[in-house]
Amino acid sequence: MTTHSESRSLLTPFNVVAGIIVMVGIVITGLRFFSGLSTVTNLDDNNPWGLWIGFDLLCGVALAAGGYVTSASCYIFGLKKYHSAVRPAILTAFLGYALVVFALHYDVGRPWRLPYPIFLSQGTTSLLFEVGLCVFMYLTVLLIEYSPAALEWLGYKKARNIIVRMTLALTILGVVLSTLHQSSLGALYIIAPSKLHPLWYSSYLPVFFFISSMFSGMSMVIFEGSLAHRYLHHKMDKTHLTESEGVVLGFAKAASFIMAGYVAIKVIGISADNNWHYLATPYGVWFLVELIGFVALPSFAYAIGVREKKIQLIRWTALWSVLGIVLNRLNISLIAFNWQLPTSERYFPSWMEIAISIFIVTIGVLVYRFVVNRMPILYEHPDYQEHHS
Amino acid sequence: MGLTRRDFLYGIGGVTSSFVTRKAFGATKSFSPHENSVGVLHDITRCIGCRKCEDACHQVNHLPDPKLSFSDLSVLNTVRRTHSDVYTVVNRFEVNGQSVFVKKQCNHCLEPACASACFVKAFKKEITGPVIYKESLCVGCRYCMIACPFNIPAYEYHNPFSPKVTKCTLCSDRLNQGLLPGCVDICPKEALVFGTRQHLINIARQRIDEHPERYIDHIYGEHEMGGTSWLYISGVKFSDIGMREDLGTISAPALTAGPLSAVPIVVGLWPVLLTGMYAISKRKEKIAEAEKAEAVKKAQRIMQEQMETKIAEVKSKSEKEKEAAIQKAVKQAVAGAEKKFQSEKSEIEEAKS
Repeated sequence: MTTHSESRSLLTPFNVVAGIIVMVGIVITGLRFFSGLSTVTNLDDNNPWGLWIGFDLLCGVALAAGGYVTSASCYIFGLKKYHSAVRPAILTAFLGYALVVFALHYDVGRPWRLPYPIFLSQGTTSLLFEVGLCVFMYLTVLLIEYSPAALEWLGYKKARNIIVRMTLALTILGVVLSTLHQSSLGALYIIAPSKLHPLWYSSYLPVFFFISSMFSGMSMVIFEGSLAHRYLHHKMDKTHLTESEGVVLGFAKAASFIMAGYVAIKVIGISADNNWHYLATPYGVWFLVELIGFVALPSFAYAIGVREKKIQLIRWTALWSVLGIVLNRLNISLIAFNWQLPTSERYFPSWMEIAISIFIVTIGVLVYRFVVNRMPILYEHPDYQEHHS
Repeated sequence: MGLTRRDFLYGIGGVTSSFVTRKAFGATKSFSPHENSVGVLHDITRCIGCRKCEDACHQVNHLPDPKLSFSDLSVLNTVRRTHSDVYTVVNRFEVNGQSVFVKKQCNHCLEPACASACFVKAFKKEITGPVIYKESLCVGCRYCMIACPFNIPAYEYHNPFSPKVTKCTLCSDRLNQGLLPGCVDICPKEALVFGTRQHLINIARQRIDEHPERYIDHIYGEHEMGGTSWLYISGVKFSDIGMREDLGTISAPALTAGPLSAVPIVVGLWPVLLTGMYAISKRKEKIAEAEKAEAVKKAQRIMQEQMETKIAEVKSKSEKEKEAAIQKAVKQAVAGAEKKFQSEKSEIEEAKS
C-alpha cells in the first residue's frame, strides 16, 4: 500500500545523504578489514579503546535501554497505558544492540573469534565476559520480544501467539540481563583506577551506569517518539496517538525523579572517595558541566514540563538528557581516561572512525524506517487487537 | 651478591621440578606469591643505558630490527614505551642533574590485571612466574591494555588478519631450557638479577640496608598492584623516573571482585522481586476490578430498592386515594340514601296526617 509513495520518494534529501554515508562506510569497511586498524583509526598502544567503544558500545547500549524500561513498566509494573510504546521501544533496543554487536566487529582485532568467550574459553574473572555474555543473551531475548511484530506481518499466527504468551518471562529475563550488563559496562573501568580521573572513577561505577541507563532509556523513548510523530505520524493508530502524551508525561516524570536520585548518588560517590578538591580543577569544572548542566538541569526541566504539561519542553529535554548520557560515557571512556598522559599522547578519533560511527547509526535509522513502514510497530495489527497481553 | 649465572643454572633444575609437583596448588582460588616463582631484580643505580638488553630481547624474540641500531643512544632523548615489536625499552631521566636509566617491560604481576581482564583466558600466570599470552585464543578486544596499570601490552594494529597482543614473556621458553632471560643474560653491569622472587626481595633489602645513602627505602613491585615478579630498587624517587607510585597495593582481581560478586545477587533476587511486583500489580488490578464490580452491584441494588419503595409509595398512595374515593362515594351514596329516606319518610308522614 505504500509502494507508490516510496518509489516517488526515493530521491529525497534524506535518502541521498544516507546513500552517501553508506557508500563511504562501505569503502572504510573495506580498508578496515583488508588493511588493518591502524589504517583507519587513531588507536595506539596507550589508547586501545577509541570512539567505537566509547560511542558505539557504551552509548549504544545505554541508549538502547528503552527496551527493558518500557517493557518492564508495562508488563511487570502493570502500567498498561505504556502498551503502545512497548513495540517501538523493543524495536529500537533490538536494532541498538544488533548494531552494538555489528560495531564490535570493526573494533576487535579478530571479529570472527567473537564467539570464543562464550563457546570456547570463558574468562569468568573478566567483567567484559559478563558484558559479552549478557549482551549476547539479551540480543537473543530482544529478537524474540520483537518477533511478534514480524510474525504478524508475515502472517504466522500460531508462532506469534506462542511467543506472546512468553512475554512476562522474557521481560523479567530482559531486566535481569540489562541490570547485569548495563552495570558491568561501568564496572569495566573499575580495574583501571590509575587511568580514569578520580572524579569519574568510583567503586559505584556499576550503580551509576545502571541508574543512568534507566533515564537514558526513558529519554530515548520520548526523543524517538517525537521524531516518529514528526515523520511517521501516518503510521500511528488511534490508540498510539491517544496514549503517546501519557507516555511522554509519565516517562518525563519518572526520568526527572531518577535523574535527581542519580545526582544524589554521584555526590555520595564524590564524598565516599573525598574527591571534593578535584572540583576546583579544570576536570572538576568539566565534571560539573556534565553533572549539573546535563543531568540536574534536564531533571528540573522535565519536572517543569510535567507540571505545566508542556510536551514540547519535555521533548527537547529528552534530547538534552540523551546528550548528557553520551557526554558521560565519552568522559569515562575517552576524555577522563588516560587523563595523566601528556596531550601529545592523548587520543582523538580519526575522521574515518567518526564516519564509521555515523555509518552505523545511519544503518539503524534505515532499518528502523524499513521495519516501521511495513510491520505493526506504531499501530496494532487489526487481526490481533483483542490479544492484549 | 645476588644470583650469578652459574648459581642459577645449578638451581634451575631443582626449581623447575618443584614447580611441577606444586602445580595443584596453583589451581586454588586465592593464591599468595608462590615461594619458588622467579623474577628479576632491576637495580636502577647500576644501569648505564647501554641498551644491550633491548638488543638481546630483539634477538631472542626474533623481532624485526629497528631503524636506528641499538648502539645508537640518541633514542634515549625521548621517553619510550613498549610496542608490538618492542618488548622492552630503556629510558633516561634527568634527576637532580644526573642521568638515571630505567628498563621497562612486563612486570609479570603476581595477580595480573591482564589475565583478570581477559574474557577468553588468553593470559595465564604460570606458577613458575611468567605471565604468558596465548595468541590462539585472543579476540583482540584490547581490554588487557586498558587494565594493565603499567601500560605494557601492545597491539599489532597494522596487522589486518592475525593481529596479536605482544609483551615480554620473561623468556619463558628459555627458562624451560635452563637459560636466563635474554636481557639478564647480556647485562654487563649486573643491573638485572634473576632468581626466586623471595630471594630477590632479600637481596634488595640487603642492598638498601647496607647502602642507605645510595638507595631510597622502597622495593618497587614488592606490593604494587598486589606485587610483581619484577622488582626495582632505585636511588631516586620512582615517580621521577616514570614509575607510578600511586597504584596502591590492591591487585586487579581484588578490585573487580566486588562488581563480579553482584552477579549472583542480581540473578537470584531480580526474578523473584520482579515476579512479586508483577503479582502485586496483577492482584491490585484484580482487586480494583472486583471492587468496581461490587460498587456497580451495590449501586444497582440501591437504585432498585429506591425504585421499589417509590413504586410501593405510589401504589399505596393510589390505593388510599381509591379508597377515599370509594368511601366518599359510599358516604355520598349513604347520605343520598338517607336524604331520600328522610324525604320519603316525611312524605309518608305528611300523607298519614
